[in-house]
Amino acid sequence: MYRYDEFDATFVAERVKQFRGQVERRLAGELGEDEFRPLRLQNGLYLQLHAYMLRIAVPYGVLSSKQLRKLAFIARRYDKGFGHFTTRQNIQFNWPELVDVPDILDHLASVEMHAIQTSGNCIRNVTADHFAGVAPDEIEDPRVWAEIIRQWSTLHPEFAFLPRKFKIAVTGASHDRAAVKFHDIGLKMVKNEAGEIGFEVIVGGGMGRTPAIGPTIRGFLPKQHLLSYLEAVLRVYNLLGRRDNLYKARIKILVAATGTQEFARLVEEEWARIKDGALTLPAEEVARIERYFQPPAYEKLPAISTELETAKRGDATFARWLKANTHAHKVDGYSIVTISLKPEGGAPGDASADQMDLIADLADEYSFKELRVTHHQNLVLPNVRKQDLYALWQRLAAVRLANPNVGFLTDIIACPGLDYCNLANARSIPIAQRLSRRFNDFQRLEEIGELRLNISGCINACGHHHAGNIGILGVDKQGEEFYQITLGGSSKDDSSIGKIIGPAFAIDQVADAVENIVNVYLEKRTGQDERFLETFRRVGIDPFKEKVYGNSQARRPAAE
Amino acid sequence: MAILKHGALQPNDWLTVADDAALPEGKPAVVSLDRWLKERDTLIGRNTPIGVKLKSDQSPVALKEDLERLALIVLEFPKFTDGRGYSHARTLRQRLGYKGELRASGQVLRDQYLFMDRCGIDSIEIADEAKVDGYLESLGEFSIWYQPAADRRPTVRALRAAKRTEPSGGSAVVRESVAASWAY
Ligand code: SF4
Repeated sequence: MYRYDEFDATFVAERVKQFRGQVERRLAGELGEDEFRPLRLQNGLYLQLHAYMLRIAVPYGVLSSKQLRKLAFIARRYDKGFGHFTTRQNIQFNWPELVDVPDILDHLASVEMHAIQTSGNCIRNVTADHFAGVAPDEIEDPRVWAEIIRQWSTLHPEFAFLPRKFKIAVTGASHDRAAVKFHDIGLKMVKNEAGEIGFEVIVGGGMGRTPAIGPTIRGFLPKQHLLSYLEAVLRVYNLLGRRDNLYKARIKILVAATGTQEFARLVEEEWARIKDGALTLPAEEVARIERYFQPPAYEKLPAISTELETAKRGDATFARWLKANTHAHKVDGYSIVTISLKPEGGAPGDASADQMDLIADLADEYSFKELRVTHHQNLVLPNVRKQDLYALWQRLAAVRLANPNVGFLTDIIACPGLDYCNLANARSIPIAQRLSRRFNDFQRLEEIGELRLNISGCINACGHHHAGNIGILGVDKQGEEFYQITLGGSSKDDSSIGKIIGPAFAIDQVADAVENIVNVYLEKRTGQDERFLETFRRVGIDPFKEKVYGNSQARRPAAE
Repeated sequence: MAILKHGALQPNDWLTVADDAALPEGKPAVVSLDRWLKERDTLIGRNTPIGVKLKSDQSPVALKEDLERLALIVLEFPKFTDGRGYSHARTLRQRLGYKGELRASGQVLRDQYLFMDRCGIDSIEIADEAKVDGYLESLGEFSIWYQPAADRRPTVRALRAAKRTEPSGGSAVVRESVAASWAY
């Protein structure tokens, strides 16, 4: 993974010192909250319902075991012993004191981490495919490019006060695991006819109150021009994006209002002016970054491990976990392991300090000291020898971290919701908890198969509900929490935005509604290999509506 | 309202003139873009320095043909969260080659100054003269720059390259190469 050199280390130290000064000025009353706000936001510090929340950047989801241990330390010392992994591959702490934040940032700097640009109207922490570098379907490692973008966007003087936040995602694989069409800019590595590798540039996707699947504005961008092209997009957006209405300020609104073609023309026009300037990436610089992402020292192993096959036959519980939580690796004899942070009755994405320490130990023992955070709020050990899987599973199972539910209904994405977030209409976590209890039968989950269920506590959609096969959105009806359900969303290659099924549900009705939806799917599907999404697309929303609302009009809330 | 320019407080010699007011005789004056576009020929005829003030939604490209005649361009930051001025500044400096004074006015806070400076703004209006030290201090808070902008600070890429070829020092070389590479 990327390691700081002396320059990066100096920069982060300077940043912490600067923020320490800003905090001191705030505490001394020299800075008003209005002036302090953008400064703390650009250092990842939010003021929430009960306390400050600190969001720490995990660049493109890559974490070392040493870094994870430091996060565990911070959770213990400055929080209530927990951290919360987010849908943007970051981690949040919900209970730090303002005076402690500079010290926390110092601790982070000691393991080459920071909280820069994890919030505010600037270019946010870049996200990437969580299987980058190990996926068999990869054209090229996107981490190299995510790191190049991270550096370029760090304290970019021109783009610190954009109309709104700006999120960039990169994938180098043919299967999109980074939801690139739901970002302000999505970059997908592609091969052109000449066999060269470059980027397809997708602009103006997003969630929020106006969900949009981003259109492609350039089919192939040569790699060395990546930064000048990004700068052109950002400049056009900075100048033309709306600033009069918070809800219309994202680039997706600009792209839709301008028209994709005209927007692309404006970008190309600006790009033509700066294309061959100082932002052109020299091959040496790319090679320098690439060296950090060299594969670890893999052993030469047979593709099939006899130990694994034996263990699998002898232990059905293990076999179930193996099927759901491990994924094909590009190197023979290795597997990618997802550790589910979605236990029965838990808050999705939460990890305790002890769990973090243990997972860090497992990464040391089994996965070349490296981990990933997924936007599904799970952790990944990217490099596990197949022959070690059984032992690893036993260690995980001993501490209840071996939930075999990755990709299933209870692998729920949920934002913090009204338990923490002051923008929320409704709580998200209790819904996730109820569903995880209701569907806690692994045999049944397997039977239902791949099904993505996402929950957001308000229309800001941090829980990506629009992209859930089943999406649940917290709404407020005369001061009461209600939940609107959408069906048919997807953030994969076949991206789509979920459709609203009908009137919202009271908190006690949600699990039943989901149960009914699942039953319609099971009834209508052509077979087990027709996924929920496919069935939904084939039969449409009506059968679901009928079953969920039936004749019981009485159950509809009066507010509709 | 004091002016902070090139590291020191300076008196403001410029008078900002309302669109319907007469221009002061023999005194440098700043007019709005609208007025400039309307009265351009008369204004050029004056013998005293003239400047133009742009609102944040007005593109400096409108001044493309007149840059040599302008001694000052003022960019308005109506709120510090309105970041359009940074792009205007870079457009003026790097694309249009404007060499005169470029000033930020409006809500210009201490922690925005460094970004402005990097984008080519060389003077700012500050409301509270007592805070001038804080503004100056903010310029020195970083020594590492991850991207080229309209200033002459060496980027981290140049520093790394210099370290590779010449492990001890080499900053003069770096500065020049950076300056040369931003010709756009
Ligand atoms: S979706 Fe709404 S409630 Fe949930 S974290 Fe985002 S802003 Fe808060």
